[in-house]
Amino acid sequence: MRADAGHYDYWPYLNRPKIRWPKGARLAFWVAPNIEFYELAPPANPARAAWPHPYPAVPGYSIRDYGNRVGHMRQMALLDKYGVRGSISLSAALCTHHPEIIQMCRERDWEFFSHGIYNTRYTYGMSEAQERSMILESIETIAKHTGRAPVGYLAPALSHSEVTVDLFAELGGIYSCDLFHDDQPTPLRVRGGQRFVSVPYSLELNDTIAYVVNKVEPRRYGQMIKDSFDRLYAEGAESGTVMCIPTHNYQVSCPHRLKAFEDALAYITGHSEVWVTTGREIAEHYLAQHHDEALADIALKNGGV
Amino acid sequence: MALDQAHLDYPQRRYGMDHDRYTWSMLTDRPALHWPGGKTLAVWVNVSLQHFPMNPSAKLKLPGSMTMPYPDLRHFTLRDYGNRVGIYRLLRAFDQFGIRPSFAINAELALRYPALAATILARGDEWLGHSWSMDTPHVGGLDIDAERALVQRSLTTLRELSGQAVRGWLSPGKLQSPNTPELLKAEGIEYCADWVNDELPYRFHTQAGDLWNLPLATEIEDRFVVMDNLHAEASWAEQVIDAFELLLAESRSQGGRLLTLSLHPWVMGQPHRIKHLEAVLAHISASSEVWQAAPGKIIDAFAAQQGVPA
Repeated sequence: MRADAGHYDYWPYLNRPKIRWPKGARLAFWVAPNIEFYELAPPANPARAAWPHPYPAVPGYSIRDYGNRVGHMRQMALLDKYGVRGSISLSAALCTHHPEIIQMCRERDWEFFSHGIYNTRYTYGMSEAQERSMILESIETIAKHTGRAPVGYLAPALSHSEVTVDLFAELGGIYSCDLFHDDQPTPLRVRGGQRFVSVPYSLELNDTIAYVVNKVEPRRYGQMIKDSFDRLYAEGAESGTVMCIPTHNYQVSCPHRLKAFEDALAYITGHSEVWVTTGREIAEHYLAQHHDEALADIALKNGGV
Repeated sequence: MALDQAHLDYPQRRYGMDHDRYTWSMLTDRPALHWPGGKTLAVWVNVSLQHFPMNPSAKLKLPGSMTMPYPDLRHFTLRDYGNRVGIYRLLRAFDQFGIRPSFAINAELALRYPALAATILARGDEWLGHSWSMDTPHVGGLDIDAERALVQRSLTTLRELSGQAVRGWLSPGKLQSPNTPELLKAEGIEYCADWVNDELPYRFHTQAGDLWNLPLATEIEDRFVVMDNLHAEASWAEQVIDAFELLLAESRSQGGRLLTLSLHPWVMGQPHRIKHLEAVLAHISASSEVWQAAPGKIIDAFAAQQGVPA
C-alpha cells in the first residue's frame, strides 16, 4: 500500500501561473449530476456492502430509483432555466435501463463522463485486468449510446484501486474527478506519461455528502454553495478558479430541497464573470493553455530548474 | 487478486428495472391527474402509532428502538410518552386545522391501550396495518410462515378492533422481506406505502396479484429530519412548507401531485416541537387548492382515473 496518492507534487496555492478562462471569466462553473443505477441484487463485494439491509433493501434502493423516476426531470428543468449544461457522471448501464434520460441529455448537448457500469459495483478487489475491462466497457457503452467517447472519470461510488487514474488515462481519458486536493485544475502524473489533469469536483458541495453524510439543512446547503462561490469568484480575479456542484437526483431534487439549490444557481449565474461550462471543456482548455506552464512551475517549486 | 467473474457479469442489464416488481415510468410521462373538487395538490398526513418493547428480540433494530443495555427505561418511556401525551397534542392540532390524518398502528399497541384505540376509532379516520410492534421487522431472512402469521395476526387484530377493512399497510421502518408484498396481497391489502421511489401511486406486482404502492416520503418525515438528520424543528417545518409550495406549483402546470407527511407522536408531540407541526398544518389548511384526504380515498380517486379497480 502507498502512503500517498502519488499523482501530484505539492504545489502551493499562491503565486501560481495565472489561469485565464475564456472571455476573461474569473471562475469556471460546472454542475455534475450523477445519473446512476443501483442494483437491487448486486453480487456482494468483499470489501463493501452495497446496502445496509438484507435483500430487498427497500429504503436504499427505492429512494435512488426516485432520482430517475421523479428527480431527474426537476433538476433538468432547473439547469435549462439557468442555462447550465450538465456534465453527467453516468452509470453506463443506465443507457440500457433508462435510454429516455440519455436522449433528453443528448438533446441538450450535455456532457457524459464515466462513473463505471453500476454504482453498486465497486472497484475493490478487482484485478487490474478486471478494472481495465470494466472501465473500457463503460467508455464503449457511453460512446455507443451518446455518440461520443467520454473523457472524464469518476470511479463508481468513489471506489478506487491504486491504478484507477492510470488506467483511465491509458484508455484515452483526459481528466479525473476522483481527487479533491485543489480548487484549480492540476496536472496528474500517470504511469503511462499521458497528459492528464484533475478537474476540481467537490466533495464538500456534493449534495449526497452534504445531506446524507454531513446532514446539513437544505437552506444551509444553498448558503454553503453561495459562500463557496463568493470566495472562489473573488480569488478568481487573481487566477481562474473552478467551482463544481456535484448533484444526485434522489437528493437535491426532492421537493423540500430544490428551492435552496435554485436560489444558489440563480445567484451564481447572475454574476457576469462566470464561465458556465462542462468538465470536459475545463479540461480541454487547461490542457491547451495552462498544463505545460503548470508542470514547469511545479518542478520549479519542488527544487527543479 | 481478482473478483469472481460474477462481479463483471450483469444479468439484469436490460430496458427498465432490474427486477419485476413494477414498470419503469417517469412521473412527467404520465397523463395529468385530477383530484376531486378540482383540487391540484392532494395531501396525505399519516401518524404512525408504535409500540417499542423494552425487551426487543429481533436482530434488526428499527429506528426508535432500544439502544441502551436492558432495561432501557429512557427510550421505552420516551416512546411511550408519544402514546400517552404526544398523540393528544397531535389530535388537537389536527382538529384545530381541519386535518384528517390516517393512522398506521402496531396491532400490539391497539390491544395494550384500548382507550387510545377507542379515541382514534371515534374520529372515523382510516387505519393502516403497521405490523405487530416495532420489534417485528419484515426483513430478508424472516421465515415465510412466521411472516404470514405476523401479517395475519396484525391485520386480524386491527380489523376486529376497528371494524374497518384496513386496506393499507406501512411496514415498520419501510423494510420488506422478499415475500412481504405477496403476503400482504394475500391478506387483502390493496395498497402499501413502503417503496419511496415515486410521488404518486403505481401498480406493484406480486405473485398473488397486483398491489398499489403509495409512497410515504421518508425524506421529510419528522423522525428522519429531526432524529436522524438532527435538524432543528423550525427547519423541518420550513422544509415541509418548501416541499408543499414546490409540489403545489408543479401541480398547477403538470397535473395533480401528492404531498405525503409522515408523523410520529413521540417526535412531534413534544412540547417544544408541536408549534412547528401546527405551523405546517396551518400552511396546508390555508390553501384552497389542496385536497387533504385519507390514503384509501387517494387510491380510489387515482384508480378511477387509471381504469384500474382499486
